Amino acid sequence: MQGFLDQLIRNAGHDPATWPWTQFVYLAAMGAVAFLVINFAAITAGIFSWAERRVAARMQSRVGPNRVGPGGFLQWIADAVKLLLKEDLVPDEADKVLFRAAPYFMMVGFACVFVTLPFSHRLIVADMNLGIFYILAVTALIVVGIIMSGWSSNSKWSLFGAIRSAAQIISYEIPAGMALMIPVLLAGTMSTQGIIRAQGGFPWQWYLFDNPAATAAFFIYFISALAEGNRTPFDLPEAESELVSGYNTEYSGMRFSYFFLVEWGNMWIMSALAVTMFCGGWQLPACPRSASMPSPAGRRCLPKSPRWRSSPARRFSSSSW
Amino acid sequence: MTFEEIQQRLAAKFGERIGALAPANKDASLVVPPGDVVEICRFLKDDPDLAFDCLMNLSSVDWPKKNQIEVVYHLWSYAKQHAFILKAQLDRAKPEIASLEPVWKAADWLEREQYDLMGIQFQGHPDLRRIMMPDDWVGHPLRKDYAEQTQWHNITTTRENSLEGYVRLDELKKKAAEAAAAKKEVLQ
Amino acid sequence: MSKPLELPTMDMENKEVLRRIEVGGDMLLNMGPQHPSTHGVINFLVQTDGEVMKRAIPEVGYLHRSIEKIGERCTYNGFMPYTDRVDYIAAMFANQGWAIAVEKLLGLSVPKRAEYCRVIACELNRISSHLISVGTMAMDVGAVTPFPYALREREFINDLLEELCGARLTYNYLRIGGVAFDLPSGYADKVSTFLDHFEKILDEFNRLITYNEIFIKRLGHLAPIPAQMAIDYCLVGPNLRASGVNFDVRKQLPYSVYPEFQFDVPLGKGEVGTPGDSWDRFWCRVEEMRQSCRILRQALAQIPNDTQIMAKVPRKIKAPEGQEAYSRIESARGDMQYYVVAGPGENAHRVKIRTGSFTAMGIIDSLSRGLMIADLVALIASLDVVAPEIDR
Repeated sequence: MQGFLDQLIRNAGHDPATWPWTQFVYLAAMGAVAFLVINFAAITAGIFSWAERRVAARMQSRVGPNRVGPGGFLQWIADAVKLLLKEDLVPDEADKVLFRAAPYFMMVGFACVFVTLPFSHRLIVADMNLGIFYILAVTALIVVGIIMSGWSSNSKWSLFGAIRSAAQIISYEIPAGMALMIPVLLAGTMSTQGIIRAQGGFPWQWYLFDNPAATAAFFIYFISALAEGNRTPFDLPEAESELVSGYNTEYSGMRFSYFFLVEWGNMWIMSALAVTMFCGGWQLPACPRSASMPSPAGRRCLPKSPRWRSSPARRFSSSSW
Repeated sequence: MTFEEIQQRLAAKFGERIGALAPANKDASLVVPPGDVVEICRFLKDDPDLAFDCLMNLSSVDWPKKNQIEVVYHLWSYAKQHAFILKAQLDRAKPEIASLEPVWKAADWLEREQYDLMGIQFQGHPDLRRIMMPDDWVGHPLRKDYAEQTQWHNITTTRENSLEGYVRLDELKKKAAEAAAAKKEVLQ
Repeated sequence: MSKPLELPTMDMENKEVLRRIEVGGDMLLNMGPQHPSTHGVINFLVQTDGEVMKRAIPEVGYLHRSIEKIGERCTYNGFMPYTDRVDYIAAMFANQGWAIAVEKLLGLSVPKRAEYCRVIACELNRISSHLISVGTMAMDVGAVTPFPYALREREFINDLLEELCGARLTYNYLRIGGVAFDLPSGYADKVSTFLDHFEKILDEFNRLITYNEIFIKRLGHLAPIPAQMAIDYCLVGPNLRASGVNFDVRKQLPYSVYPEFQFDVPLGKGEVGTPGDSWDRFWCRVEEMRQSCRILRQALAQIPNDTQIMAKVPRKIKAPEGQEAYSRIESARGDMQYYVVAGPGENAHRVKIRTGSFTAMGIIDSLSRGLMIADLVALIASLDVVAPEIDR
């Protein structure tokens, strides 16, 4: 992104190295991108919550939200507005600083993942060499946030939920990490863009179908992702039948909605990671990956970058196993 | 076994402490001295022909006119499929009786409830404390002379009468008719 | 090693003392009184070190409405709606217990058609009560979906009972000496249609939940209650039958017109675990629903065609003072017993209602040693305790 910004500055007639406002432009761009990314995350989380509520309701022979907007589609906006307007409760004996800070730890941990998630061949905030490593490191902040929220609520039930949740997430980070190492080995790079480019657009070029080790890794990763996201069947930390609501029992209003945002958004991130690592990422079948113009139809899309040709991954491609 | 046969078994074992069966007041029952209740119940439970393995119900009845509180035990035998009713009559001023918890575990909670609501002290009960009412409640609600405390932790136990200020229409008419009749008398 | 929790003795009536005792590293938690899965307002003092409990002491009384004291103030017929509230999930049975006790007191005999109406209403209520019981049990174990499925079936029964007596939950349908309303026209067909539909749903429920591997793993071998312990603590109903004791008041001490029906009594055999464990108690309830369907079909076929639904009852019901009567019925939650002592006027002198849930709470303390908190939830659900029955 820096190159893009530098290009813009040069087009405006200034030299990025010496122009005094360069840093300001960078900062402004970062702010704008962060705003976009967080908005995207929040809106996705909201839409996911709508989808889950409707689908789960049909499974339970109910209807789900159907009043607010067509098919209840705006229910999540209504819920967000409601939560914004709620009283900002901090329990009397709770640790005030930690109580207020915990949701933000989780939000940071969750939002930082978007930095290395590629949305297209150029739409990535920072294509780091250590992309996957960075993601695994940063999602650990969510655990910190959970334990903080459970502890600072000064309620034994919240503590229960927090400890259960933290134990579960930490335990399942190991199989998740190991499962994610397999595409890294296949691609020879930890950069997310690199792993995507090592796959192709067509399903048979994805790692998921290309390599049996990767297929196994996909399912291991899938199960670990369910556990990391506190989803069924690993939803004991939120077991309503015992703990009321686990670590976010004492929260109300916007702070409560942060937890839910992080949960739904985490689901999205886990899915995005799975797609990136195992299903070819943003690539479409029969589309060139780096051209700025669409290629003529019918031309088969083969990875052309020399990096792929020489990588050890070629040995593991579909023709050789 | 019928009630009579059971009463005869008990009389054979315990002699003159067992009286006659009370006449069938819809259900016959046997009054036993309060001091012997545990012994009798243990016999009722352990004897192979009687085999009363279940204490179905333990209730207490307040008879202020007789100055008694009556503890009623309903027993049932799953092995022999027969029932029996025991009663013990306690002095209303100081109702004390031995606890049956060592004999039947079901007596644990049943006796706690009667202690709470009627004020009977069950001696030998491992954990006799209030069960329905709050721990610092004063008084025993099921007694006939129970007067409720007016407030508990600053929550008042009475409500103002919502009908205050309202008069029934027929009473209103009656009062108006009486006032008119009285006025007519005065005028005449 | 931590000391066991010291319970207050008769001197220490103040619960503050209990709360100040936090023994060597163990947590003292309050599970309740408002909690999604204690069935009603019940509190549990749980001494635990994290997940495994040392003890769970139930505290009841949050729903105490002094119904027994009210019984000393109401007329015999006027007390009927209060009995609904003793167990509002299986209200017909509470009504029936009171009706039978007072009829015994007065020496009344109920007309045959009224008895059949009572049986039909009660068995429908048994099915709906068991539906709630198994639905909430599945939900407490974690499967949220079967609960609305069970409630969906219960809605059909609610509609049927609403057509019969006008209410969906607290029916006040029985009267001393009979029932309040006769069966509406076409009722037999509606109930038969429902039964045809419901028996298929029971099979579906068995496939989905009862024999589900996760359910079996969760509930099998959980808190098995041996038969002798169940009798000693005076458990009744499906709890007792799951432990293997073959006792059903409808069979052993028949009342009403139950001798004229053929039905089985499901006994727990430890099919997927120990005999008397939580799965057995769950399975007993599911099978009892099936047997209730059988009874209902027979009752609808055999109901007499006359129109008398009330016995000849004096306008003011009085009984000689001091006479007492004891009635036992097989409620959805077991052997519900009413002890009535007649008073001088139109009221009773003493009413004692002994319910199955009250004595079931007494056993939870001794069963909970060494269980996990999630198991405690499943145990309470399997004993099918409802707070109104405990506290009255």
